[in-house]
Parts: sequence; C-alpha cells; structure tokens
Amino acid sequence: MAKENSQHTINKEEKVISIHDVHKSFGELKVLEGVNLDVFKGENMVVLGRSGTGKSVLIKLIVGLLKQDRGNVNVLGKDVARLNEKELNELRLRIGFSFQNSALYDSMNVRQNLAFPLVMNKKHLSKQEINTAIEEVLEAVGLKDKMEQLPSDLSGGQRKRIGIARTLILKPEIMLYDEPTSGLDPITSAEINELINEVQEKYNTSSIIITHDLTCAKETGDRVAMLLDGVFVRVGSFDEVFESQEERIQGFYNYNFTK
Amino acid sequence: MFFTRTKPKRFVFSRGIDDVLIGVYNAYLFVMRFFKEGFRRPFHIRVIIDQCFEIGLRSLTLITLTGFVTGVVFTKQSRPSLEVFGAASWLPSLISIALVRALGSLVTALICAGKVGSSIGAELGSMRVTEQIDAMEVSAINPFKYLVNTRVLATMITVPILSLYCTTVGLFGSYLNIHAHEDTSFISFFENGFSTLSFIDLFTSVFKSIVFGFTIGIIGTYKGYNATQGTRGVGRAANQAVVLSMFLIFIEEIVIVQVSNWIKFF
Repeated sequence: MAKENSQHTINKEEKVISIHDVHKSFGELKVLEGVNLDVFKGENMVVLGRSGTGKSVLIKLIVGLLKQDRGNVNVLGKDVARLNEKELNELRLRIGFSFQNSALYDSMNVRQNLAFPLVMNKKHLSKQEINTAIEEVLEAVGLKDKMEQLPSDLSGGQRKRIGIARTLILKPEIMLYDEPTSGLDPITSAEINELINEVQEKYNTSSIIITHDLTCAKETGDRVAMLLDGVFVRVGSFDEVFESQEERIQGFYNYNFTK
Repeated sequence: MFFTRTKPKRFVFSRGIDDVLIGVYNAYLFVMRFFKEGFRRPFHIRVIIDQCFEIGLRSLTLITLTGFVTGVVFTKQSRPSLEVFGAASWLPSLISIALVRALGSLVTALICAGKVGSSIGAELGSMRVTEQIDAMEVSAINPFKYLVNTRVLATMITVPILSLYCTTVGLFGSYLNIHAHEDTSFISFFENGFSTLSFIDLFTSVFKSIVFGFTIGIIGTYKGYNATQGTRGVGRAANQAVVLSMFLIFIEEIVIVQVSNWIKFF
C-alpha cells in the first residue's frame, strides 16, 4: 500500500511528541548531539539512519527507559524527565512500544502475553472483557488462530505482529516501532508495513518508526527524519529528504536501493 | 530504567578496585530497592506462591537424596570413633546436633544456590538481554517488584522449609543406619537426639536458612537483572550467581554461628 493513498488526517496544530535540543552520551561515546523533532497527532514519523546512530536511544528517551543528558522530551504535553514514577507509568499506558525482537515473554503463550498488560494495569476488567480485547487485537493483526501457541513456535513476522498486538491491547495514542521490518523477508516486511498503516488508521495513533529500511520508510512514513552523526540533517516527506544532494544522504539511499 | 551506574572516566584507585567498589554500591542500591518495594502494593502473592512451588519442586529430589546420604554417611563415619570411647549411645545426639545446628541448613543452601540461584540468574538475564524486562517497564509494570521481590521472597520462604525437610530426612537416614546395627526404636532415637538440642538451636537454624534464602534470591536476581552482553552475559550471570551466593553463605554461616554461640554463652 503506498502511503500517499491513505485516508487518515494529521492535525498539524497538535504536537504529541516534541523533542528539543536533546543530547545523550554513553561514557565517552556521544550518541545524540542536539536533536530536535516534532510529531503531530495522527502522523507516522519515520526516523532513518544507519545502525548505531542513536535511533533506538531516541525512542527509549520518549518512554523514559533512558534519560537524556540535556534538552527536553515532551510527550502528550508532559516533560518525561520530570515525571515521578506514577506519572511516568500513566504516560506509558498511552504509549505502545514495539521492540526490535518483539520481546514477547517466552514463558507465556500468546494469550497470556496479551492478557498480561491488561491484568496488571486494568484490574477492574472481567475475564470476559479481557478475552474480548485479546480476540479483537489478534484479529487486527490477523493471528486469531495462534492464541495458545508459545512465542518460540511463531515465525519472526508472527512474533512482530503479536508484539504489536500486545501494545495495541492498551489502546495507545502513540506507537513507537523499533526496526519493525528488520530480519524479515520482503513479503513479510510488506505485510508489517501494511499493518503499521492499518494501525494508524484504525486506532488513530501517531507513530515513530525507527528503521534503516527505505521501503518501510516510503510505505509507512508521512514524514521522514534522517539522523546522521547525532543530529537530524533533514526532515520532510520521503521525496523531499532524498532530493537532497548531500553526500551522506545520497550514499544511504544508493546503498539501500542498489545493494 | 537501567540500574547499574556507568563506569567513571578516571579510576580513583585502580580499575579492579573501582569495579569492586562500584559493584558493592550497586548491590547495596539493589538490596535497598528490594526492601523499599517490599512495602508497596501490589504484593503479587499468587506469583510468590507459584515461585515457592517452582523452587521447592525443582530442588526436592536432590535435597532428599543429599539429606539422606548425609545422615547415613555421617552416622557410619562417626560410629567407630565414638565406639573407641564407649560412647556409641551418643550417636543420635551427635547427629542431631550436627544436622540441626549446621549441616541441614548449609547443605540445603548450597544445593539451592547451585540449582535455584543459577536458574534465577539465567532466567532474569535472558529476560534482560531479550528486552522482556524493558517490555514490562514500558507497559507500566514494575519489573523489579514482579520479578525480583517475588523470587527473593519465595527463596526466603522455601529455603527454610527445605532445610527443615533436609534435616528430617538426614535424621531418618541416620536412624536407619543405627537401627541396622542395634535395635533402637524410632521414638528413643528421636528422644535421645533432641534431648541435647535447645530452642535456640532450632531458631538459629531457621533464621540462618532465611538469611541463606535471601542471599540466594538477591544474588541470583541481582546478577540476572543487570546482565549485559547477550547470551554470554546470561551464562556469566548464572555462574556468578552460584559462586557469589556460595561464598556469602559460608561467611554468613561463620558469623551466625559465632553470634548464636555468644548468645548461648550469655
């Protein structure tokens, strides 16, 4: 599905994520050096960059898994670094995080994996309501028949889908996808890209998609931000970003499409 | 959030000493967090019970076998020495004192350190490197409370129970060996054995086992929770959990014996 054909609306008046002058280092290694980025309501923002450029660090700052050294990360009107534990958990319930390797709980089957966040966070829900929610999200990701299987019995693509379903079960307003197509074959990758767009339309989410896969960026991104050497060197539509004659951007494009 | 502090750029003493000091400080923070989280809801009672069953069942066969063999062998080896002094009738007392005061809890703790400590270290280590712990955190679930507190409390509950069980099986093994040599009744064996034991012996034994259980649980979870460097880190976490908890168990044994002797003296 080409991104240009999608029907969703982006509210450019409402910023759901606002990152301003963010710096992050690990010891001597500087990863982010003054990053600025705004994501609007309903928008899919793709963050592109080579491996090890700090893309995953950026989304870990958004959910408070890491703390920046300098700058502000504002999510749904809240300064993440200043939140106490309770406030941070309330914010996290409004954000879905799909991990690169799915991070499914391997001692639990699919049903238990999906029920776990609900059981732990929404204690008022009955068993029936939890089962309905599980069926609903499994239907959304097209894996209703895998309910009783263990993660080890699923393929890479199926695990990614279940990982996405586990985040959707809490009905998040923001989705963060960490390398959603890495390690997948082109057909499964295309299915995941389609799923990301379906989630955006059906659940009306705003998303950040971390990837180095240009096909994924083209198919899912309303805007693309190119992260190079710790800063965003260009932000815009896919074509606008790759119109740039800058050597590093062209090198990234050529490597992806000619390899 | 990541728990372990990053290494300093410059070393205060030397790399080795600084690493040890940072490790001790991080372990201290970890233990303090365990106590802090222990008083906050939710308590995950169901998970603690499940873990108790898991730990108990995992170690039961080995503890039964070890306890029984310890009782039989200790009795067999002690008999000739006591017979030289014509004190073979003191055998039940000697075995009871040895098993209740030291061997029962120590043997159980060492078995649990090997079996349970390594398993907790590997399980949590694997969850850390595959981002399952991060996945809990981003789902607004407190992974420390759910994974660490439940496991440490389960080992604190289970190790004393297993220790009492090991002592009982050891005494039974000893009784069978004595019964094979002389016609001693079950009741007279236990009357003779327990006549030399005091309440403080039993209390110290249970208290020691609780401390050993805490050590096994906290070291296993600490090593697993802070595992790094992929599958290699998981193996290292499991290994270090065993080595460090065994080392601490021996130190604790010596300290607690000294303190209990001091209490008895007064």
